Amino acid sequence: MNVLTSQTAWYLTRATGAVSLLLFTAAVVLGILDVQRFSSRRWPRFVIDGVHRRVSLLALAFLGAHVVTTVIDTFVSIPLIDAFIPFIGSYRPIWLGLGAVALDLALAVVITSLARDQIGYRGWRAVHWLSYACWPIAIVHGLGTGSDASSTWLLALTALCVVAVAAAAIWRLARDWPQARRARLAGAAALVAFLIFLVAWLPGGPLGADWAKRSGTPARAAAAVPPRATTTTPLTGSTNETSTGSSSESPSGGSSAPGEGSGSVQGPGESEGQEEH
Amino acid sequence: MTRVRVNPIACEAHGMCAELLPERITLDEWGYPIVDDRPLTAEQLAHAELAVRACPVFAVLLEAAR
Amino acid sequence: MIAAATLPRLLAGIDPSGPLDFHQHELLHGPLPSSREAADLIGDLERAGLRGHGGASFPSARKLQAVAQARGKQIVLINAVEAEPASEKDRLLVECLPHLVLDGAVAAARATGAREIAFAVRDGARDAYGAAARAIAERPRGEPPITLFAIPDSYVGGQETALVNYLSGGPLRPTFTPPRPDEQGINRRPTLVNNAETLAHLALIARNGEQWFRSLGAPGQPGSALVTVAGAVVHPGVYEIEYGSPLASLLTVAGGPLGTPRGVLLGGYAGSWVPYERALEARLDDAELAVLRARVLAGVIFFLGEEACPVAETLRLARWMAGQSARQCGPCLHGLDALADELATIASGHGDGGTLQRLGRLGELTAGRGACAHPDGAVNCLLSALETFEHDFAEHARSGPCAACGLPATLPLPDWHLPDSSPQRRRLRSL
Repeated sequence: MNVLTSQTAWYLTRATGAVSLLLFTAAVVLGILDVQRFSSRRWPRFVIDGVHRRVSLLALAFLGAHVVTTVIDTFVSIPLIDAFIPFIGSYRPIWLGLGAVALDLALAVVITSLARDQIGYRGWRAVHWLSYACWPIAIVHGLGTGSDASSTWLLALTALCVVAVAAAAIWRLARDWPQARRARLAGAAALVAFLIFLVAWLPGGPLGADWAKRSGTPARAAAAVPPRATTTTPLTGSTNETSTGSSSESPSGGSSAPGEGSGSVQGPGESEGQEEH
Repeated sequence: MTRVRVNPIACEAHGMCAELLPERITLDEWGYPIVDDRPLTAEQLAHAELAVRACPVFAVLLEAAR
Repeated sequence: MIAAATLPRLLAGIDPSGPLDFHQHELLHGPLPSSREAADLIGDLERAGLRGHGGASFPSARKLQAVAQARGKQIVLINAVEAEPASEKDRLLVECLPHLVLDGAVAAARATGAREIAFAVRDGARDAYGAAARAIAERPRGEPPITLFAIPDSYVGGQETALVNYLSGGPLRPTFTPPRPDEQGINRRPTLVNNAETLAHLALIARNGEQWFRSLGAPGQPGSALVTVAGAVVHPGVYEIEYGSPLASLLTVAGGPLGTPRGVLLGGYAGSWVPYERALEARLDDAELAVLRARVLAGVIFFLGEEACPVAETLRLARWMAGQSARQCGPCLHGLDALADELATIASGHGDGGTLQRLGRLGELTAGRGACAHPDGAVNCLLSALETFEHDFAEHARSGPCAACGLPATLPLPDWHLPDSSPQRRRLRSL
């Protein structure tokens, strides 16, 4: 890439991913407020509905940027197709694949919303429920794929998002209880299951040792990045630039050719505890 | 001569129409729209179209007078 | 062949013990004219001035014309559901004179280009259903095929769009119009929905012409009509009247009243209560009844007996009408319940000075804001009761229930429930 260095692309991918997550969280919360007919003097119904729609579009725009920066980043080979078809990639296939699933779901929701007049209310509503699947998958994708999973800022951001949606969801489930009892119980069960999953998975997963390797980071990429402190924020400049520069110029010690990801977690030259894209 | 009409079966009392076109739509005590079906003025037409688009259940309609 | 310039017309030759079979029917009325002979049936109907007998009184010629000109495969729907509990005229026609109704349907089908006929009867009217089935089997070859349908018991089941919705595979609930059934009805086909009695009149006009039809009746409302006299009379039942004839004469023919009735309900449960004395002065056509703010509608004339409590009967009726709502439209669902609640407050003696005002306001909020005329009819009926029985309501507001409140109901209020009253339909907020 001439225009963007790999480093910049890496920053942008993480940044756009984080912003996208925040915006989708806001969209979900606003969506819940919308369907629950929340309104106040400053926030009449049409404003909540309108902001919900616009934030969703903005979220999708940032998601698009997130996909583009990921694809053009030459450091790891993630072809565009991996963004849409899950689990076929070589880079952290499961966790990246979840991102593809979330993207597909988000696209379905947004496209049907834009084409609501053609589809009709019932069809549109049915697809819109997928938002409740899209959001948690995006959260897990961010934690599993992101190189910053264990960094404070991302954890804090994720926690904020989870709390926001959980609070809104609980409010919605409780508010009209016991109407639609079975659906409400199912929703509550799904929420609890998701929270339990996060609590159970994080310590041994992204926050645990050797996550980069265990999550399927290709050997070459894993080998090339020099060790960094786990709490480094993306904006501490010069040290990172130097190391990135060195990694892109010098070939890795591994047996994989540039541009190929082996998907194997046992490539030579890997060191433990390394952070990765 | 365009008038506002609400499909009372589709309507679920979201109330956005009344917020966007208070000149023609007010809400009763149960949240359902009371429609003034006099013809819309030119300025009101744009707001009426907003109300049509804002309704989540497509219950607001604009009818050309017969 | 009888072409009576006097009554009876529809009920001519009726045999109370059973239906006239096809042969007897043809002996009595002669054969139904062929399409060539009745080439301008729609024109004849227009000149005759025939209007619908299902309650809405819509000009029949206009309906047939609309269906004939619509795009698609036309179909004729005989509405013999008669969901008005106090009405018996359509049931009588189907049970005793089914071929008159079927003649009308066949003639209408030929005039509109329909090659199919649907015959809707209320599920609970078992005898009518059986008679209809037998009559269909007796029809000659060369006529459009007729399919019989049993419609679940519910007040809204007689409503034209609800019936069409049901026969299209949907729920038995009204739909939003436009499009009306004559443009898009059963499975989106242009559908001619006619009340059974209307088709019976049509069958006779096809044979005898419009002048014959207009030789009876009132200038603005020509012809004859079937009415159901019910309640506190010696001989309740179905009678054929000439439009414009005095109600007092009809009452005499029906054997006179039992005691002195408290009031008269004209039209049906969407109709109007009038004081007995005023009813005796009335003539039975819409123009005359308009003075009393009443209409012929479904032709029900119910006399409320002197022992009955008008307040209790009205309250029961209010609750029943609220219960029969399809519950699709907020104003109907909330408004009718609220009206019944207010009436209950008065009936139990807990009303305050503002109750009448609240009732008036509720009536305004409820009427005219649903997809069908059910809330309009209910409000009209209940408010007319408040006016007609003003004295009784005032008494109850002061002193609470009277001795007659606990008596069994005289107004027929059958225990009908909408077939698919699933929770979704009642819930008007989204999940």
